[in-house]
Amino acid sequence: MAGIDPTLPIVKNLLLLDSEGKRIAVKYYTPEWSTVASQASFEKALWNKTSRTNARAEAEIIMFDNVVVVYKYIGDLMFYVTGSLDENELILYTVLQAFYESVTILLRQQVEKKTVLENLDLVLLAMDEIVDGGIILETEPAMIASRVTMRGADGEQAPVPITEQVGLETGLETFSKALASAKEHLARSLLK
Amino acid sequence: MAATAQDSQAPLRGPEKKDEDREDETEFSPFYGIDKGAVLQEARVFNDPQIDPRRCQQVITKLLYLLNQGEVFTKKEAAEVFFGVTKLFQKQDINLRRMMYLCIKDICPGADEVIIVTSSLMKDMNSKTDLYRSNSVRVLCKIIDSQLLAQIERYLKQAIVDKSPVVASAALVSALHLLGNNAEIVKRWINEVQEAAQNKNNMVQFHAVALLHALRASDRLAISKLVSSLTKASVKSPLAQCLLVRYVAQVIQDSQPGAGGEQRPFYEFLESCLRHKAEVVIFEAARAICNLRDVTARELTPAITVLQLFLSSSKPVLRFAAVRTLNKVAMTHPLAVTHCNIDMESLISDQNRSIATLAITTLLKTGSESSVEKLLKQIGSFMSDIADDFKIVVVEAIRSLCLKFPAKQRALMNFLSGVLREEGGFEYKKAIVQSILVLIQEIPDAKETGLGHLCEFIEDCEFTYLSTQVLHLLGQEGPKTKEPSKYIRYIYNRIILENATVRAAAVSALANFGAACEPLRPRIIVLLRRALSDNDDEVRDRATLHLEQLEGKAGGPDAVQPRLDVNLVAMEKALADYLAVGTDKPFDISVVPKAPPPARAAGSGALGMPGASSTSGGGALPAASATRKDPTAEYAEMLRSIPQLAPLGEVFKSCEPVRLTEEDTEYAIFCVKHVFEGHIVFQFNCTNTIAEQVLEDVSVAMDLADAGDFEEAFTIPLDTMPLNGVGQCYTVVTRPPGAIATGKIVNILKFKVKEIDPGTGEAEEEGYDDEYVLEDLEVSPADYVKPTLLSNFRKSWEELDPSTEKEDEYGLGVREGLQEAVEAVIGILGMQPCEGSEAVPPNARSHTVLLAGIFVGYQQVLVRMSSGIDAANNVAMKLVVRAESLELSEAVHQIIQDA
Repeated sequence: MAGIDPTLPIVKNLLLLDSEGKRIAVKYYTPEWSTVASQASFEKALWNKTSRTNARAEAEIIMFDNVVVVYKYIGDLMFYVTGSLDENELILYTVLQAFYESVTILLRQQVEKKTVLENLDLVLLAMDEIVDGGIILETEPAMIASRVTMRGADGEQAPVPITEQVGLETGLETFSKALASAKEHLARSLLK
Repeated sequence: MAATAQDSQAPLRGPEKKDEDREDETEFSPFYGIDKGAVLQEARVFNDPQIDPRRCQQVITKLLYLLNQGEVFTKKEAAEVFFGVTKLFQKQDINLRRMMYLCIKDICPGADEVIIVTSSLMKDMNSKTDLYRSNSVRVLCKIIDSQLLAQIERYLKQAIVDKSPVVASAALVSALHLLGNNAEIVKRWINEVQEAAQNKNNMVQFHAVALLHALRASDRLAISKLVSSLTKASVKSPLAQCLLVRYVAQVIQDSQPGAGGEQRPFYEFLESCLRHKAEVVIFEAARAICNLRDVTARELTPAITVLQLFLSSSKPVLRFAAVRTLNKVAMTHPLAVTHCNIDMESLISDQNRSIATLAITTLLKTGSESSVEKLLKQIGSFMSDIADDFKIVVVEAIRSLCLKFPAKQRALMNFLSGVLREEGGFEYKKAIVQSILVLIQEIPDAKETGLGHLCEFIEDCEFTYLSTQVLHLLGQEGPKTKEPSKYIRYIYNRIILENATVRAAAVSALANFGAACEPLRPRIIVLLRRALSDNDDEVRDRATLHLEQLEGKAGGPDAVQPRLDVNLVAMEKALADYLAVGTDKPFDISVVPKAPPPARAAGSGALGMPGASSTSGGGALPAASATRKDPTAEYAEMLRSIPQLAPLGEVFKSCEPVRLTEEDTEYAIFCVKHVFEGHIVFQFNCTNTIAEQVLEDVSVAMDLADAGDFEEAFTIPLDTMPLNGVGQCYTVVTRPPGAIATGKIVNILKFKVKEIDPGTGEAEEEGYDDEYVLEDLEVSPADYVKPTLLSNFRKSWEELDPSTEKEDEYGLGVREGLQEAVEAVIGILGMQPCEGSEAVPPNARSHTVLLAGIFVGYQQVLVRMSSGIDAANNVAMKLVVRAESLELSEAVHQIIQDA
C-alpha cells in the first residue's frame, strides 16, 4: 500500500461477520492490522460497538479507533466497510452497497449465514471484484455478480456457452454426476 | 510484490480461538470440523490426471476458508498447494479458473514459484475472454517483479486501452499498485492512460484519472495543468469527479499564499459540484469548501446549505457526514452554522449516538446563551448511552461554552458535577476535573460551587492522580474562600482513608489552610499531629515539617508554601548555564529575574536574549498588533506586585515592547508602555550581554522637553542588570487624568559599571557611573486605545451622540490589495473589527470595516472605515468616527495622520 496517492479513496477492510461477531469472510488491505490479534481485537471491538444498533433498514456508520466504519445487517449477517477518518463517508457507503447487494444477487436473496457458508467461494470472489488492494475496483452490484460467476464482463453475455461445457464433461462422468453438474449450471445461469 | 502466504494473509487468528470456532460451528456449515491436514490431503486432487473442476473448486474454497480463519500455512505447504493449483491451468473451466486466480493471489509462496505460473497467466492475458484477460492482469501484476514486468509491459499498455472496461480497469488499478516500486515503467504508459481517461465507463475513467494524478503527484505545475484540463472536460464518473474535487482543493491550497483579495481559482468549479446529481460528489465538494483555508462566510454559504439538506436525510451515513463536517466548520465559523441549528436540534435524539454527539457539540459551539439550559437537559438524557471518548468531547464543549457565557456557570457547573458522579474511565474523569479547574480559575463566581463539587468528588475517587490534583487546588484556593473551615473535613478524610500519595497531598493542603487562616491554625495543628505516626515516610516528613512551620519554626507559617516568583524560562536558562560552567559555587537564585510577565514565557525569552531574534525588536510591534493580542492582562499582575506602582490603580493598557537599542550592543533594552488613568509607566526590560562587566543601579532618565503634558514622577531603579536575563527598571510620569497626552521622549540609560577581574572572576569593588543614549520613544494616541468586542455595532453606533462624529478622507497609496490595506489600518488603530468585517471578500473593489475600541477612562470609540481600490491598486479610505466626545474622535484621526 505504500506510495499510493493520498488523494485516492482507500478501503481499509471488508468484513463479513455473523450475528455473534465471528468472522465469515474478511479482507484487510492496509497495514494497521497486520497480526492475528490486532485483527481479532478490531473485529471484536467493532462488533461490541455496533451489534446493538439497528442497521437493518438503512446502513449505519460509526467512528472509532481512528477509522470510520459503515455497516449494514441482513439476516444473521453483518457487512462492514472501513475507511480512514478523513475519507468521504459516502464513498465508503457506495462500497458497502456494492458489497451487500452483490452478495444478495449471488445468493438469490437468501442472505443468511448458512447460504453464505455454502457459497463461500462466491462471496470471496465478490470481495475480490469490489476492492483490489484497497482501491475500489467496481461498485455496480449486477456487474460484480456477473463477473464473479464469469457470465461476462459487463453483465450481459456468457463468454462460453454452457451446453458446450457440459458436453465436454459428460463423456467422462456417470449419468448422475452429469445430471448434478447440469443442475448446477442451470442454477448458476439463473443467478443474475 | 510477490507476497507469501505468511505476510499477505498473516495468521488471522490464534489456534485456540480457531478451535473454539470449530466447536461452535453449527452442523449446517460445510466447514464443520474442517482440518488443515485433511484439506491439504484433499488438495492432492489437483494432481489427478482427470481433473474434476467442481471438486477442485471446493477444495480451493476450503483452503481459502482456512486462510480466512487465520490458519497459517508453512512455506512448504503453501508451495505444494501452489504447484497443485498451477497444474489446473490445463483444464478449461471458467469458474475453476476464477477460483485459481484468487487462490494464486492469496497463496503465493515466493518469487521462485512465480515463474511457473507466469507463462500460463500470460497466455490468459491474450485470451479472447475478457474476464480471463482482466484477472490474469491483476494476478500477474500482484506477483511479478520489475524484470518480468518489463517483459509484459506491452500487454499491459494494450490492456489499459482495451475496449472491455473490466480489462482496462484491471490494468489501471494494477498500475496504481505498481507505481510504488516501478514508477519508471508505469510513467511510460502515460499516453494510454490519457486515452483511458476519456473512456465512457465510469470506473475506467475513475482509475485513469487517479493514475494520471499519481503519475504527476510530485509536480505542482503539472497537477495544476491536469486539473485545468479535467475541469473543462466533462468528467462523468462520480468517483472520478470526487477525485477532481480533491485535486482542485489541493491546487487552491497551494496556489494562494496568505492574503485574500483575488478570486480563488476554481472556486466556481467547486460550487458547481454542489449541484451535481450524485450525492457523493455534492458532499465531496461541500467538504472541500468547508476545509478551504481562510474560507469566507460567502464562500461557505452554498456548502452549508447542501449540508443542511443532508441533515434531514433518512440515511444515517448522510446525516453523519453532514453533521461531522458542520461540526468542524463550527469551530472556526460558528455564525455560518447557526442556520442549521433547528435541524441540528432534532438530531440530538438520533438513534446513532455518533450523530447525536456531533450535533450536541456543534450546538454547544454555535448556541446562544438562552438555549443553554435546554441543551443541557437534552444532553443529560443521552450522556449515559455514549462511549467515554464522546463524553470527553461533550465535556470539552461544555467547558468552552461556560467560558463563553459565564452567566450560565451555575447550570453548566451543575451539569459537570452531575457527570462527575457517574461511572467513567480515567480520561473522562480527568477531562471533567480539568474543565472544573479551568472554570474555577476563569470565572470567580464559579469558585465556591466548583470547589464544593470537587470535594465531593474526592470522597469517592479511585484515581490517585486526580485526587492529588484536587487536593492541591483545595490547598491553594480553599483558604481564600469565605468559609475555609468547611473544606477541612474533606481533606482530613483523605488522610485517614487514602493511599500514601493522596495522604501526602492532603497533609500539604491542610498545612496551607493552617498557614493562611490563623483562626484555624490550632485545629489544623491537632489534625496534623495525627499524621505524625503515618506509616509512610513522605506523609510523616511533610506533617513534621509543616507542624514545625505552623508553630513558628523553620521559617514560620509563610514558609509552608514558598513562592518561587521567578521567570521560569529565565530560571531554566540560568540553571542550564550554571550546569554548563561546572562550578562548585552554590546556585544563586537571586540572579534569576523575579516577577516575570506571566504566560509570556516565549516572548520574553526571545526579547531577553540579545540577538536571539533579529526581527523581534523592530518587527514585534506591527506583527503583534496585527494579531491584536492583548498583553495588558499578562502585565497587570506583575505591575500589581510592585509596591510603588500599586497606588496608580488598574492598568488600562500595556503596549507591545519596543526595542530602544541597536542589535549587538552591550545592553538590550526594550520598553513597554503601561497606560494608567493619570500616569504612564515605562517599563524597561534590560539585559546585559557582556560577561566581563556588572551593571548596577540601572535607571532611565527621560527628557520630557518635547512632551509638555508629561511630568516625571519617580523611577524604580534596577539593582543589577542580569547577564543574559531580563531585569526591569521603571520610570513613571504623570499626565492630566484622562488626557490623551502625546509627544516624543529622549531617554538616557544611567548605570554604574564594575569590571570583572579576569583573574578572580569577581567584580571589582569600585565602579564608575556611565550613561548611554537610548532611542527616542513616542507616545501616540494609539497607546490610549484598546480593542473591545461589540455584539451589535449598529446599536452602539446609534447610541453615540452624532455631534461627536468626525469624518475625513485619506489616500493610502498603492497597496497589494484591499485586505492588506485594511489590515494595516486596523493594526495602526489598534481597535477591534466587529461582525467579521475585517475579511474583505475576494476581488472586492470596495469594503467597509467596523471597528470598536475604548480610550483610557473607558470611553467608547467607534469607527466606520470605507475603503476602495482602483485599477492601479491605489487605495483611498474614508474614516467616520463617533466617540463619547469630539476630542476623542479627533484623536482617532490624529492616529491615522501620524501613521
